[in-house]
Formats: sequence, C-alpha cells, structure tokens
Amino acid sequence: MSRDPAVGYRRPMRGWWRRDPFFVRYMFRELTAVAVLVYAIVLTVGVVRLAQGEAAFNGWLQALRSPASLLLHAVLLLSMVVHAHSWFEIMPKTMPMIFVGGRRLAATTIQRVGWGAAVVVTVVVFAAALWARA
Amino acid sequence: MPDAGRTIEIQVLRYRPEQEDAPVWQSYTVPFSDDMSVLQGLQHIKDDIDGTLSFRWSCRMAICGSCGMMVNGKPKLSCQTFLRDLLPGPVRIEALAHFPIERDLVVNVDGFVKKLEGIKPYLIPKEPRTLAEGEYLQTPAQLEQIEQFSSCINCMLCYAACPQFGLNADFTGPGVLALLHRYNADSRDGGRAQRMEVLNAEEGVWSCTAVGYCSEVCPKHVDPANAVNQNKVNSAMDYFLRFLSPKGATR
Repeated sequence: MSRDPAVGYRRPMRGWWRRDPFFVRYMFRELTAVAVLVYAIVLTVGVVRLAQGEAAFNGWLQALRSPASLLLHAVLLLSMVVHAHSWFEIMPKTMPMIFVGGRRLAATTIQRVGWGAAVVVTVVVFAAALWARA
Repeated sequence: MPDAGRTIEIQVLRYRPEQEDAPVWQSYTVPFSDDMSVLQGLQHIKDDIDGTLSFRWSCRMAICGSCGMMVNGKPKLSCQTFLRDLLPGPVRIEALAHFPIERDLVVNVDGFVKKLEGIKPYLIPKEPRTLAEGEYLQTPAQLEQIEQFSSCINCMLCYAACPQFGLNADFTGPGVLALLHRYNADSRDGGRAQRMEVLNAEEGVWSCTAVGYCSEVCPKHVDPANAVNQNKVNSAMDYFLRFLSPKGATR
C-alpha cells in the first residue's frame, strides 16, 4: 500500500492467493510438491537403513507398517495423484507446438499421453515388485 | 435503451489523488437492459450520474484493449462483459490489479510500455532485401507458429492475472514475453539474439512459476503461459549452447 504521485496508488498484495479460486488451486498444487519431497526423504531413509544392515532395514520396514505411517502414506498418495494431475494439466503449456500429419497436437492429447505414460510406468513398477517377491 | 424500471447496483473503487489518500468504494444504481455491457454501465454513470468518474475505453468491441478492469475480482474487458451475466449484482469494479492506480479505473501503464519497447516488437529482417526481390514468403506451418501470439491487443488482463507480476513489478510479464516469442518464432525475423537477453534475465521467463491464469483470462486466446514456458527451454538451450558454439549463444 503506497501512494506515489508520480506512479500512482499501489494496492497491497497481502493475502493475494486467497483472492481467486484459481490462485488457491495453484498454491495447493505447489503444496503437493512438499509431499513429493517427503516421500523422497522416506525412501532415502530406507536406502540408508539398507546400507546399515538387515536389522536396520527390517526396523525401517516395521516403522512403515505403523498406523501413523499408513496415514502419512495415504496423504502422500493422494497428494502425488493431485500433483500428477496438475503436472499433466500444465504440461501442454510448457511444450513447443507439435505437428502430427500437418495438424497441431491438441492439449488434451498431450495430457492423455502423459497420463498413459504414468499409468504404464506404475503398472510396470508394480509388476516388477510382484515378480521380485514371487 | 434501458428498460423502464430495471436497475443494477455498480460499485466502483474510486481514487482521486487530490481528494483521498487511499481508494474508496462508491455505489451507483444504474438502469440497464439485457444488451448492456459493463462499459456501457460505466458510460451511463459518467454521462448521467457522476461526470468525475475516470476510465479508459475506445473501440467497444474487444479490439483496442483499453477497457480492461477487475469485474467482480476477475480481469475482464468491460466492453465484452455483460451486466445481464452479473445479476442480481452488485457488480464490483476495480482498476486492473497489480498496476498502480492513477485515477479511479485508470492505471499507470508506463512500466508495461517500457517493457514492450524493450523487446523490439517488430520484424528485424535477417538481411536487407530490395523491393525487386519481392515479399517475404511464409508457409502455413510457419504462420501457425506465430499467429495466435500475434493476436495480443496489449490489454494487460494477463498482468492483472499474474501474481508474480503483482509481487515483482520488474517481471517482464506474460503479454510482453508472448509478443517477444511472436517475433522470435517468426521465420522472417533475424532479431532473436537481441531479444534473448530480455528473455534469459531473472525478470524474463524465469520469474514465471507457471500459475497459468494469464492464459485463462486472455480475451484473444494468445495463451501467454505457453509462450513463456516453452521459452524456458529455449533460454536453457541458449545458456548451454555457449559451451558448444560461441556463435550460438547471445552473450
């Protein structure tokens, strides 16, 4: 908030992200990046515990089964899905125009390809995990 | 002509620097008909109720880009926004967000114009061409690379939608960066190296955090978020190219 005769009256930016639902969604999207970070830390701890030996790693696995950990993982999973959604939503805007057969590729097509790739990778990872256990 | 008896309340954020230190809301009751735009509502106020109200307008058909303002908190061209869609009211009108208010709904656009000049928004031919050589030719595919970005009417709604510009007035901003891309992506243009300096700067594309609201509010479907974000790749390439080819980089 300031008044400068040469420039004009500057309105304050305080609380700007609450002014429009679009900004609230944007801030939520940015917040889900924290979930990605938290999950990366959880996995990194697992790798460190693995390096410390079998007992340490089993302790980490045990900790993952606690109710608090399960709740955290449910929240993280939901956040990751929201994060992926927002990521694919903005993806067409980050790419140069793509032409296939002389026609411009639609934003929805790019988003679907993104989702398709995410689903394929997820299925492959689960299949690999199941195969490793068997 | 307004229908007899139908009225709508229009609240306007007024700022008269000689009269008040901070903007104040003022309410007007305006007769309206179904075909009246917000701009026409304001014109009714100015002509018949309060001649001191200041606002910019010109073409009345979403071409000149003069009448941008916040209508119920959203950046809109007031000529393109209809009172019938805002029933039952009140309609709250404020000067374009993130710009300093000069008076009432008139904002200071000096910063915007300076940025616009800075990107050299005109074709800089690759090499001089004589009249005898004829016109520059472009394929439909080459035209498509620039066509949507050339639709910009400098209405600055995208700036009012950009919190990063609101937080840092030095940010070149969506509209000017989209126009920068419009010329850089033009097959006839040779001025890319001169513009990359603006694009590569901290205040260039890197101040954008991909909020994406600019593209949402653009009345001309320019999609400035696309122009800005695809140039983050170009800027990164420009940076790394300097290690491979001294001629490839701007500086």
